[in-house]
Amino acid sequence: MICLLSYNVSSAAIVCRGKARTIYSAGIKIPFLSQVTVKTIHRCASHCLQGGVMGKKDQEREDFAGVSRRGFMQFVGISAGMIGTSLFSKQAFAVAANPGMSTDMPTDSAIHIALNINESNYNMLVEPRWSLLYVLREIIGMTGSKMGCDRGECGACTVLMDGVPRYSCMTLAVEAQGVEITTVEGLMEGEELGEVQQAFVDNDAFQCGYCTSGQIIAVEGLLRKTADPSDDEIRKGCSGNLCRCGAYQNIFAAAEQAAKAKKG
Amino acid sequence: MSTKDGIYYREGIPVPETPVEDGQPKFWEKTDIVGKPIARVDGYERVSGTARYPSDILLPGMLYAAVLRCPHPHARVKSIDTGDAEKLEGVKAIITAESQAVKGVTWKYRDTEVALIDPHCRFEGEVVAAVAADTWYRASDAIKAIKVEYEVLSYVVDHQQAENSSVNVAEEGNLLSDDEYSRGDVQKGFSEADVVLESDYATACELHTPLELHGCVTNWERDRLTVWESSQGVFGAQSRLAESLGMPLSKVRVTGHYMGGGFGSKLWPGKYTVLCALLARKSARPVKLLLSREETFLCVGNRPPNTMYLKAGATKKGRLTALEFDCAGPSGAFSAGGAQLVDWLIRDLYLCDNVSTRSKDLLINAGPARPFRAPGHPQGAWALEQMVDDLAYKIGMDPVEFRLRNIPEQSQARKGIPYTTTGLRLCLEKGAEEFAWQSSLAAVRQFNNANTHIKRGVGVAACLWIVGDGGPPSTVIMKLYRDGSVNLNMGASDIGTGTKTVMAQVAAEELGVHPSVIQIENADTATTQFATPSGGSKTVPTEAPTVRNAAIALKRELLRMAADDLEVGVEGLSYVGDEIVVRQNQSQKVKVTEISGLQKRGEVIGVGYRGPNIKGKVTTPFAAQFCEVEVNLRTGETKILRFLGAHDSGRVLNRATFDNQVYGGIVMGIGFGLTENRQLDGSQTGKLCNKNWHDYKLPTALDVPVRTASLPIEIDDPEANNTGAKGLGEPVTIPTAAALANALFMATGVRFTRAPVMPFDIVDQLSKQQKG
Repeated sequence: MICLLSYNVSSAAIVCRGKARTIYSAGIKIPFLSQVTVKTIHRCASHCLQGGVMGKKDQEREDFAGVSRRGFMQFVGISAGMIGTSLFSKQAFAVAANPGMSTDMPTDSAIHIALNINESNYNMLVEPRWSLLYVLREIIGMTGSKMGCDRGECGACTVLMDGVPRYSCMTLAVEAQGVEITTVEGLMEGEELGEVQQAFVDNDAFQCGYCTSGQIIAVEGLLRKTADPSDDEIRKGCSGNLCRCGAYQNIFAAAEQAAKAKKG
Repeated sequence: MSTKDGIYYREGIPVPETPVEDGQPKFWEKTDIVGKPIARVDGYERVSGTARYPSDILLPGMLYAAVLRCPHPHARVKSIDTGDAEKLEGVKAIITAESQAVKGVTWKYRDTEVALIDPHCRFEGEVVAAVAADTWYRASDAIKAIKVEYEVLSYVVDHQQAENSSVNVAEEGNLLSDDEYSRGDVQKGFSEADVVLESDYATACELHTPLELHGCVTNWERDRLTVWESSQGVFGAQSRLAESLGMPLSKVRVTGHYMGGGFGSKLWPGKYTVLCALLARKSARPVKLLLSREETFLCVGNRPPNTMYLKAGATKKGRLTALEFDCAGPSGAFSAGGAQLVDWLIRDLYLCDNVSTRSKDLLINAGPARPFRAPGHPQGAWALEQMVDDLAYKIGMDPVEFRLRNIPEQSQARKGIPYTTTGLRLCLEKGAEEFAWQSSLAAVRQFNNANTHIKRGVGVAACLWIVGDGGPPSTVIMKLYRDGSVNLNMGASDIGTGTKTVMAQVAAEELGVHPSVIQIENADTATTQFATPSGGSKTVPTEAPTVRNAAIALKRELLRMAADDLEVGVEGLSYVGDEIVVRQNQSQKVKVTEISGLQKRGEVIGVGYRGPNIKGKVTTPFAAQFCEVEVNLRTGETKILRFLGAHDSGRVLNRATFDNQVYGGIVMGIGFGLTENRQLDGSQTGKLCNKNWHDYKLPTALDVPVRTASLPIEIDDPEANNTGAKGLGEPVTIPTAAALANALFMATGVRFTRAPVMPFDIVDQLSKQQKG
């Protein structure tokens, strides 16, 4: 089953609940999709990240299973990043996330991976050397996780993997399969901020804001492990995240507030 | 609750009066919104991940660029072969010095104009080529596939050797300037002193390395260029770009709503901005060019290392009689202020009739400097504040007391122009009180007597920052929507200091609306009004009064319209809450949102300009910082127990963002004093040894003080500007390292004259002291 959602102007995501078969893509005919119901599309849409724009298109289409090639092309034409498929042809294949663009990806080195990010599934073709951070930011378009150094020294890229803070720049996309990945976007509760995020706002725990998502994830990870951390534990929990603006004191205060908020 | 109810937070309470035409707005005696620690207006965006920084921008068809840089500190490109790179998968454009795209395109390092890609590379990190490819990885592959033949030249990377070096970084030689300043007669001053001390000092080269990588996204639409740049000033970036590319300003649009830190390194764009635009044009695609983290250590600026000599004389009553100061520092490979302002505190901070200074600026084969948070001042403070402590000890006087005996009321460096206000005395007195200075001295003595290898010390240091008054130009437009909500349009970037929030508070205070209904448009050369870059601690003193002026202009227009509606003269009207009333007859009034002119037009705007500063006086922020450290004499490890920043920056506009600046400045000062040091391999390759955050050490969560406190010293300053606020962003980091050095002296008995003071320096000095 496949569900297509676009949540910002420049990229589209295919959220996949199960194993997708094949889809059409920019002029290349690929064996047909199996059953997809409109209901599933709507369920996927509501699970997806904020700003889902594509929902409307889904609603317009009555019968996905009997989708016309033209109707389907309208979706795929703007995506092409996330395709879960077995390729039957050796020819160059559009996989770039950015609409209107093609990246020639040789079939012998591209790898199909499935990532679980913020409780949604993403299927895509990646080069083995691509980091999870690169895929998050440049392929999927989830830019909440930031790139500060791309070499595991600053923590701006921190995400949770099965609840544990990890540097996504030091994780290959191919390695990130089979775990639950949580980014800062995933801490939102609908349009409302999660407890840690709210605590950061209340305590002015940032200045330029660029290290902030990493700090928030680090604190979230800390609190999931240690519900009532001491001052030392808070510092240690944040010690993998650099803040050049020096907002540490307020970050520690935010962690304290969030710990209390989580206990409820 | 309807939007209308929420807009006016002061029902029935008079909103500050609008002044008569050409009058100065009244000084705010009491404020309702200004000064409060309200949460940032864009806090939601920053913590949710929805704030789009320039490095986050994704455009259809976008390519990724990378830059090939010279790996030698001094070299000439003999030949360049891009054949292999061109054949790589996904490579769409390559630019070298020979490309048509760069013909005639120049870049200015300050006043020195050079070719954008110059085969003569004067520093490690100078541009040699640039590529654009469809993924970031492929761009990096392409860079590695470009074959360059270099003629490696001799280099000089130590500024102390540069003056007499046989290696010329530039044809004209390496000495850029040798400036002198003097007042009075220092020799006479020394002869009148009861105690004269002298010492050498040195501070290391510091690198900005903000969290967001330098870089931009550029996109052409035929001959119109749009740039998303991580920048402290979009208008500055616009004019640099337009100049380099030979384009009219109206065809270059630079936006930068959010940016991930700059500290001076993003006051203007870089060669990378121009290269990105050229690659975008050549490939006919949008291009994202982000420097790698390593590149940001090499080529986007630094705080120059400085070597200093200070000789000081004082009477046994604690009065300074003479100060003689020598300093030198490298601009890097191009003129960039290698010793800029290092002597300013010596000239201006303490009362002294006899001062002479000499500052030498030199060229070396390393990346050119860029202003770094309070250029020159932390270095000057490092020397002066340690010397003042030594003088105090020599005459048996408390270091705080010594400073209190030398407080000037005027700017001596400016030939005696008075300060509009000076809080230096209060910062020292109140700071010492809040810090419990006196009792801390006793407690430390007691602790040290009772302990063998763990010792404590407390330290103080004071400062001022050369500018605090901001100034023209700046334009702000404030628009009132039909329903009374507001749009605030300004060009200034919010570099993390909370500018947008502060400006919303100023507008809210003046208009009587709630900050939450103020929509802010900022930092876009096409759609927002002109502002100079956010730096120099001038954003608040420049923009806040401009915002206030815009609000006043808006209110004037509304009063005129109301006068028409009510058929009375405008002089008889007052703004009260959400209404305009006739003073003599309070029942005759009109609701602002019901003014017919506003309803008809759908909007009313007010244009504010930044007026001139007061003549004959100067506005300057002051500060004193206090700290307590604990040192393990065996390992040299230093734990900072507490820090207090007592800051006179005039009116506090937002208590939360004010305090955050104090905390952040102190962290940066800790880096300058204890952990940061750009190291060049002078003896073998001249290359940068530590171009990553593992080896160039920023203070982490484990390095910052256990507790940092901020004590604002608020003095009414109606002459500063119409909000009474002075700059804050830089004074917060000036005295920090010196305060630490003074505390370390108390703890260890060793005077650390070289920054940074790392654990092995402490152990090394202690063992030398034992032997000697």
